[in-house]
Amino acid sequence: MPAITRRQMLALGCSAAASPLITPVAFASLPTDHRLVVIILRGAMDGLDVVQPYGDPALARLRPGFDIGPDAGARDLDGFFALHPGLRDLWPLWQAGELGFAHAVSTPYRNARSHFDGQDLLEAGTGPGADARDGWLNRLVQTIPGATRETALAVGRDEALILRGSAPTSDWSPAARLLLSPATSDLLAAVYHDDPLFQATFDEAQFLSGLLHGDFSEAEGDGMMAGMQDAMAGAGQAEAVNVIADFAAERLRAEARIASFSIGGWDTHRSQQGGLTRALGHLSTAILRLRAGLGPDWSQTTVLAMTEFGRTAAENGSGGTDHGTGSALIMAGGAVRGGMVLGDWPGLEEAALFDRRDLMPTRDIRAYAGWAMAGLFGTDRGALEGQVFPGLDLGADPGLLR
Amino acid sequence: MSFHAQIRFGTGLSPAHPPASRDEMLARLAGPDQIAAAFPQEGYAARAERALEFVAARRDLTQGEAEAALSERLSREMREDNFRQMALTLARGVASPDGLRERLTWFWADHFTTVRRSAAMRGAITGYVEDAIRPHVAGRFGDMLASAVLHPAMVLYLDQDRSVGPNSPAGLRTGLSLNENLAREVLELHTLGVDAGYSQRDVREMAELLTGIGIRQRRELIFRPGHAEPGAETVFGATYGGARSADLSEIRAALHDLALRPETARHICGKLADYFISDTPDPGLIDTMAAAWDDTGGAFLPVLDTMLSHPAAWADVPGRVKRPFHFITSALRALGTPPDQIANASRQRVNTRLNLPLIAMGQRWQGAAGPDGYFDDDREWIRPQTLAARIGWAMLTASEMPRPPDPRDFVVTALGDTASPDLRRAAARAETRAEGVGIVLAAPEFQRS
Repeated sequence: MPAITRRQMLALGCSAAASPLITPVAFASLPTDHRLVVIILRGAMDGLDVVQPYGDPALARLRPGFDIGPDAGARDLDGFFALHPGLRDLWPLWQAGELGFAHAVSTPYRNARSHFDGQDLLEAGTGPGADARDGWLNRLVQTIPGATRETALAVGRDEALILRGSAPTSDWSPAARLLLSPATSDLLAAVYHDDPLFQATFDEAQFLSGLLHGDFSEAEGDGMMAGMQDAMAGAGQAEAVNVIADFAAERLRAEARIASFSIGGWDTHRSQQGGLTRALGHLSTAILRLRAGLGPDWSQTTVLAMTEFGRTAAENGSGGTDHGTGSALIMAGGAVRGGMVLGDWPGLEEAALFDRRDLMPTRDIRAYAGWAMAGLFGTDRGALEGQVFPGLDLGADPGLLR
Repeated sequence: MSFHAQIRFGTGLSPAHPPASRDEMLARLAGPDQIAAAFPQEGYAARAERALEFVAARRDLTQGEAEAALSERLSREMREDNFRQMALTLARGVASPDGLRERLTWFWADHFTTVRRSAAMRGAITGYVEDAIRPHVAGRFGDMLASAVLHPAMVLYLDQDRSVGPNSPAGLRTGLSLNENLAREVLELHTLGVDAGYSQRDVREMAELLTGIGIRQRRELIFRPGHAEPGAETVFGATYGGARSADLSEIRAALHDLALRPETARHICGKLADYFISDTPDPGLIDTMAAAWDDTGGAFLPVLDTMLSHPAAWADVPGRVKRPFHFITSALRALGTPPDQIANASRQRVNTRLNLPLIAMGQRWQGAAGPDGYFDDDREWIRPQTLAARIGWAMLTASEMPRPPDPRDFVVTALGDTASPDLRRAAARAETRAEGVGIVLAAPEFQRS
């Protein structure tokens, strides 16, 4: 493979660390040792079922058909909240102080309850109507001195609005593959040689594909074409969360410091018990694979799992819940001061509910994310309130990191 | 000339058509839209009605296995119907001797993006493009602007049907107020451009002017005088409405004036040059195009003639990266794929060879992120996973041909004399014909226009 020249790098407008071919340089200049993973839970997670306020007597009245509290299989967290059994695999993290929650949180999105608009606002990190066309993780990257294209990574096919913006970032889907015979690969390298954009991107694609799928010099003929068909078909399918998490962990152990991916399946209008358990299983898998994959770096890691809005306080007529407002934030990682459920509990009496139907948000979910970034990357308050989350009042430090 | 007009301004070279010159391309654009007649597509009203029928039929189903199966069948039919429109759009680009018209239709559909997030109504967008965009690509900007902005698809997408004059009878009765979404995008995206120097006050006055626009049954534009804000509105220095009772004519007058503003001319001409020629377009080129716009009242043919006549249009610099739909169109065209085969392809085939690859390449069909359309940056299109998808599609498509062409010939069929010596060598050295063809399709010369 031809080496990339300095001229081509400059023409690309990238710093030297943008190429996987010169990763040693990138390692020498990493801006931080801390890691932040943001998992977007698409579909509106029912925070009231995941972190059940069983100590609030209204909950059982609102949800007579649901399994609630320690008597029904949930794990007691603090005498008031209990953890849905779907997250039982994370119990050791709670005991180790590596898992925590913030309850009754939301974005500023109110009343319209559209998944897409809610997710757009969650990823844009703005107030409603601000019409941002970039995402808050990208604006965070802009504040990190020495950040490179490899510093922040979106994993998966989803269009990651959260990482979109003027700071260069990286992305790869484990479902994507570059399957080429060595001869074809060499010919393409020659064809791309004089076009800096294609040349550098082809190198990075080969590097990222190679990380996941190994060396494909053995793959030939029909097998290779079948693999490409799979790669195309993969664009329409949900990707396996363990593969996504493993890949994110691998990149976070190398140059990446910020990673984001999505987990769907939270829109539990019907038969919530089964659906939520399945989705929580995926989330557990993601967190446990990140923990295993990050090894010693887990101690420097914060995982924030956030959803666009919560669900109705009351169960509906088909064993599920409908679109609501307040939900919960899930925090995990060795850098997290876990073992606590943070937040002011608004209560579930009808008058305390938002619109008399949803959990009332008592704090903006962005405040928690903002304080996490302040702790992890030293981002100052002015940048957080002016640039990353424009117009947000961060409020007091909830103390979510160690 | 180092670039063929048909590569830069059309949908690519084809063994089925002799390459058209600059003048031939402009003459065809000025003539009748033959390819739309050869591959007809439904208009918006028909498609919206069909979509709503699907939705209503599904909603009326009660719980139960038979109903679930029927619901599944309706969803499948709806997807199938939408895939058919996607395939027809592709077939037109592959078949047309008038590729400039297709490129312009894609460009303007993106400029006046509408997005529907429900699967059903998404299928109606091709109808919107067919009604509001395509008939005007060789006409005048002012006419296209009015037909797009006052189209039910746009009104629904940018919430204009929810905007009520706060001092109108309806506003006073209900307390409902303005929604500025469409007004802002008309000024920022559709006409003047974000740097034109209009103020929030202009946006608000424009929003007041647009009140009264409504939609009946999701497919018919109506005017509701009782929702229109009373009094005159001043937008960017010109005053509309006031004396007479409100109606659509004042709105049309304002759109007409905005279309003729020099700020609009520069904004749109810059965008056209950026799309067709270079993301750092020659300022002299934009000046010349904008002057033609000002002289002719925003008539597209003289503006395009000016663009194609300018030396900068033929400068020997790498062209823009083709967007994925453009890439696929030009590849099938170069391979001589029969357009009827595309138009009649099975749902499965459209899905696996067009729909899913477009997603993998980062251009979900009718799935722009917002009213500003798809990203417009070559670096956004050529990312590691999207480049891998382009290469994968090229290799797979070539490998599936019963008898791929000789790559040494194909490099000329596809690129004329624009292929680099490196690419000619690589094509000749490939291990198989299919890989040689795939390499040509994946090469920067083919990926750019």
